[in-house]
Amino acid sequence: MTTIEPHRVRAGRGSELGLLLLALMVGIGAYALVGLGVEGEVPADVVGYSTGLTALALLMHVVLRWRAPYADPVILPLTVGLNGVGLAMIYRLDLAYAAKPNHDSGFAGRQLAWTAISVALAAAVLILLRDHRTLRRYTYTAMVVGLGLVALPLVPGIGQQINGARIWAHIGPIGMQPAEFAKIALAVFFAGYLVTHRDTLALAGSKVLGLQLPRARDLGPIIIVWAASLAVLVFERDLGTSLLLFGMFVAMLYLATERLSWVVIGLLLFVGGAALAATAFSHVGARFEAWLHAFDPDVYGRSPGGSGQLVQGLFGMAGGGLFGTGLGQGRPDMVPYAESDFIVASLGEELGLTGLMALLMISLVLAERGLRTAIGVRDGFGKLLAGGLAFVVAFQTFVVVGGVTRLIPLTGLTTPFLAYGGSSLLANWVIVALLLRISNDARRPAPVVSALTPAGGIPVPAPQDDPTERFGRVR
Amino acid sequence: MSELTITLLRLGYLALLWIFVLSAIAVLRRDLYGTRIVERRAARKRVVPEAAPQQDAPRPKQQALRLVVTEGPLTGTIVPLGSSSVLIGRAPGCTLVLDDDYSSSRHARIFPQSGSWFVEDLGSTNGTFLGDQRVESPTQLATGTPVRVGQSVIELQR
Repeated sequence: MTTIEPHRVRAGRGSELGLLLLALMVGIGAYALVGLGVEGEVPADVVGYSTGLTALALLMHVVLRWRAPYADPVILPLTVGLNGVGLAMIYRLDLAYAAKPNHDSGFAGRQLAWTAISVALAAAVLILLRDHRTLRRYTYTAMVVGLGLVALPLVPGIGQQINGARIWAHIGPIGMQPAEFAKIALAVFFAGYLVTHRDTLALAGSKVLGLQLPRARDLGPIIIVWAASLAVLVFERDLGTSLLLFGMFVAMLYLATERLSWVVIGLLLFVGGAALAATAFSHVGARFEAWLHAFDPDVYGRSPGGSGQLVQGLFGMAGGGLFGTGLGQGRPDMVPYAESDFIVASLGEELGLTGLMALLMISLVLAERGLRTAIGVRDGFGKLLAGGLAFVVAFQTFVVVGGVTRLIPLTGLTTPFLAYGGSSLLANWVIVALLLRISNDARRPAPVVSALTPAGGIPVPAPQDDPTERFGRVR
Repeated sequence: MSELTITLLRLGYLALLWIFVLSAIAVLRRDLYGTRIVERRAARKRVVPEAAPQQDAPRPKQQALRLVVTEGPLTGTIVPLGSSSVLIGRAPGCTLVLDDDYSSSRHARIFPQSGSWFVEDLGSTNGTFLGDQRVESPTQLATGTPVRVGQSVIELQR
């Protein structure tokens, strides 16, 4: 793995503050424009709203100055910007829902509360987790926790089936989608596992047609994860989570071993599994049919598993055109679940292609910062964890936007930071906190090691307090 | 509120979004340009070649003075001459390091004085020869005259 050393490290907290101001302008501007578009006047509570949002952003900024002064200066503003736009859009849909009889509303208030909780949690992660390498101790704990979270919706009494998918768990009054948190736990597990075993997975095996194939017995882990993600697909009927977990594992396997053969094996396994599932299970088959024949009147009108929602979203985006109808001027509320699964279509309608591209660009830069952090950090565990987390955010965005734009079959995932959903928001803010923590390590100037060179000429690093050393050397 | 204002606000918001994206990217431009790339050749120019014969040694553009090894294990090695003296011998600290059992650790010195170059023997065991003559005292070195140091022959070239 390559390590790039920039010659002069700038902490970049100043640039972060500047970008945060822009991000807040984006979020608050959207909120004000929504009020203007829907009701013809700036919302009355815009001052309170902007104060709250600014306070949350500044809280994170101060925590970064305090606990992670070398953290990446771009990650936080991008996240705040996306979250702000998402909040404004949910508020806009809320106004439309409130005007409709018998429609659930009040999403915006709840999402705002979740945002506050998420930011507080992210700050807590940054304050409590001083060194991301501590997480390596909990490799196998994370595995148990991750698998437990994935299986939680299946537990009778806790799990609940909503809209055909069994992805909700209700503990007391609080409902959540545990799979969102499972992806963090599993990323920790994969990183810890792969950093120990990557040599066996990378080097052993024979070469066929230019591909370094792994040995049959080393296929164990990938088969287990594949089976687990198929189990999610079968028992929870959740195509999105299944795709996400398996994709993350294959991506991290590729990061760890640099062997293309793992990607090929992973793709073959997934295509095989998906084809099998599409023929064997009606709900997966219906998704495929809604994707391929979306504009058939039969498929469009079918009540469960039809393509009505997808096509409505497409019509909405087409109505938006290049520059959009303007915030508050379109009709995004006509699409079912416009605030969660189809927020991308709502944004595409009101901000147009130009605005949607800007939002996708923000997600892209966010993922790039994560991968850049993975390149810059010096320990293997941090590399894999940052790479895996960045990949999972990017992949989730791709799966959602691809599904809404009919590039791939629609899956029930939430758009990171934009869509309504407490679990998703919490989990993604924790991911951001972890990325910030790792990037602090990656961008911090290397400690000056006074090399004691013995007669043999092999430099011996001066002893330093390195937590990973206690668990065995990181390669 | 007039239609025009709303359109302006709508487009202005899109512009704001892109300003945000582009300024985030501007902060990152150091990722593209911030990594120092050290060219190996440039670094080698300053260090005098000392190992195996080098065919790709950089040739100075103007015909400046240089030392060329014409015989011996280092044949083809070129040492560009500046304004400082050149130490020849087996010791690793020498400017031109000879891997040669017949040369002394500090064998000979070539130095500039009053516009011309001189060669001086530094008390070597086997001696330094200018043509057929053993160099006893600092002797002026003309271009093209072979200087024998151990098993190597060195020549001053223009």
